[in-house]
Amino acid sequence: MPRFSAHVGRRIVIGIPTVWLIVLFLIPFIIVFKISFSEVRLAMPPFAPLFEWLDGKLVAIKLNFANYAFLFTDALYVSSYLYSLKVAAVSTVFCLLLGYPMAYAIARSSPTSRTVLLMLIVLPFWTSFLLRVYAWIGLLKSNGVINNVLMSLGIIHEPITMLQTDFAVYIGIVYSYLPFMILPLYSNLEKHDLTLIEAAADLGARPITAFLRITLPQSLPGIIAGSLLVFIPAVGEYVIPSLLGRTDQLMIGRVLSDEFFENRDWPVASAVAIFMLGLLVVPIMLFQHFERRTLEARK
Amino acid sequence: MSTQPSGPAAQAPYLRIENVTKRFGDFVAVNDVSLDVQRGEIFCLLGGSGSGKTTLLRMLAGFEIPTSGKIYIDGQDMCEIPPYDRPVNMMFQSYALFPHMTVEKNVAFGLEQERLGRQEIRRRVGEILEIVKMSPYLARKPHQLSGGQRQRVALARALVKRPKLLLLDEPLAALDRKLREHTQFELINIQEQLGVTFVVVTHDQEEAMTLSSRMGVMNHGQIVQVGTPSDIYEFPATRFVADFIGSVNMFEGKLIEDEPDFVRIRCEDLGGVIHVNHGISSAPDATVWVAVRPEKINISRQPPAPSGGTHQPEAGAGENTVRGTVKEIAYMGDMSIYLVQVESGKTIRVTIPNVARHTEDRITWDETVYVSWHAESPVVLTR
Repeated sequence: MPRFSAHVGRRIVIGIPTVWLIVLFLIPFIIVFKISFSEVRLAMPPFAPLFEWLDGKLVAIKLNFANYAFLFTDALYVSSYLYSLKVAAVSTVFCLLLGYPMAYAIARSSPTSRTVLLMLIVLPFWTSFLLRVYAWIGLLKSNGVINNVLMSLGIIHEPITMLQTDFAVYIGIVYSYLPFMILPLYSNLEKHDLTLIEAAADLGARPITAFLRITLPQSLPGIIAGSLLVFIPAVGEYVIPSLLGRTDQLMIGRVLSDEFFENRDWPVASAVAIFMLGLLVVPIMLFQHFERRTLEARK
Repeated sequence: MSTQPSGPAAQAPYLRIENVTKRFGDFVAVNDVSLDVQRGEIFCLLGGSGSGKTTLLRMLAGFEIPTSGKIYIDGQDMCEIPPYDRPVNMMFQSYALFPHMTVEKNVAFGLEQERLGRQEIRRRVGEILEIVKMSPYLARKPHQLSGGQRQRVALARALVKRPKLLLLDEPLAALDRKLREHTQFELINIQEQLGVTFVVVTHDQEEAMTLSSRMGVMNHGQIVQVGTPSDIYEFPATRFVADFIGSVNMFEGKLIEDEPDFVRIRCEDLGGVIHVNHGISSAPDATVWVAVRPEKINISRQPPAPSGGTHQPEAGAGENTVRGTVKEIAYMGDMSIYLVQVESGKTIRVTIPNVARHTEDRITWDETVYVSWHAESPVVLTR
């Protein structure tokens, strides 16, 4: 009996997330995937059915690849994709450069201050994301806090345009996603065996060398996890570029929402979403591959 | 089992520790320690946990800075020198091998820091791995090695830099018993082969006794006694040392006769007099302690006949002898431990080697026996 109930227990524990993923991820994905091959039409719903049924029999499948082809013929989509990837990549690099020293400092601080510092990292989540991004508008706009302070100090004489630039988007993304970089890095760095650093010093390595050759390689899983947690949502980011970003260059998240809600072209919007997913699957697969390798190395 | 390597040569000390004290806040980890170690020695620091031995070792490596005092290695003052510039290498208790590097990379790491040429590094790594018999495992990662193999890699990694001083922190603690004995002898061989000066920290007295040419016993941040293993075992300076190294029967008594070549001590624990045929310098009526090792005690059914006629005044009748009852016998294979309770209630520990396989008429439980020792055997301790 105990064996049996343990077996059932395990099935339930694994089953709940599986059902969750099937209902809320796989099925919607299949629906979107299906729509991406349909033709747009003015109706409700705004796309032609993929399968034509007559008297309960399947008479025709109308697969339409035009939506995907369209993505490559219109320069808007290609440039949006590239711009999104660039913004996400640059933001990820800045998150890493800012987050690594912070995570390192937290991991090396005393246990009591560690709790406080981690608390401070998570604290911004207590306020709405939208509010925090709006707050940046108040800081960055031409008559905003930063410009006013700089002007009253006499450092500048006319306001710097910061809002609706790439700079503002980077600020917004780095600010919003920094905790997602710090937390996995911290949990990695905190586990490091400090005698390895002493051993390196003992063998003649200066602190910089010890960091580069011992700490950095060992924190690679944390770097990758943190980078993916920033990069993946940043590619599809909609709110930050809409509020802070340029109007002449859209990110793909904005394009996607415009296709759905402004143009009501669901098939093209679906194709945009599916293609973006395809782009993101590549780094995820790389991550999985790396994780498996480190897991195997630890066995 | 005496495997002591060649003793110290008569020359200036290679390692000199001068009045070194280390405080952590209010806690004094190392208290005014002075110590000289000669070139080519294996010096063991023996002590329990919290005795300060590891802190002292870490100060030699440069991981801790002495609060006061000086450390010289080969005449050079070490105080201002960071760990990465010291001519000292350490073998860590956990081995601290770099998990993401192969055996070869681990061993080469130290040489790479010296910016040696590739060929040179390859050659020296090959040489040292040959010595520790790890050449076939060049391409393995640490997690693919057994405990004993990791220990060898750690040793090779520390030795490949040809340090003036090799520090070993509990080098054998992580190995199982059989491997440990084997490794002890190998360590001594390698040390003799390379002539490096070893400073070993251990809490294991057996390890200290077999490895070291000299050892220092530490307690409460101080070195209580320095000497060869046999010095320390046979002539402990304090009760702590006598008790810490091996097992010992300790009797408290009053000095009743103090002559240059013998002393007599009245001991209430035994209800008798202990006669020791070497003099001590202490005031009469002083409280002293007499330590007798269990293997230096005889056990018999009849009171032993006083053995007169030696060149020194011998114990009188009834001295150094006490009657008791066998309470416990532990058979250990090579020897048996007898616990004999005397009339005062004190228990005396006696070990008897099992010379013959079958001893008819062996002394057994609850027998009344006489426990006795030679007048040369006890050590009189004043503190």
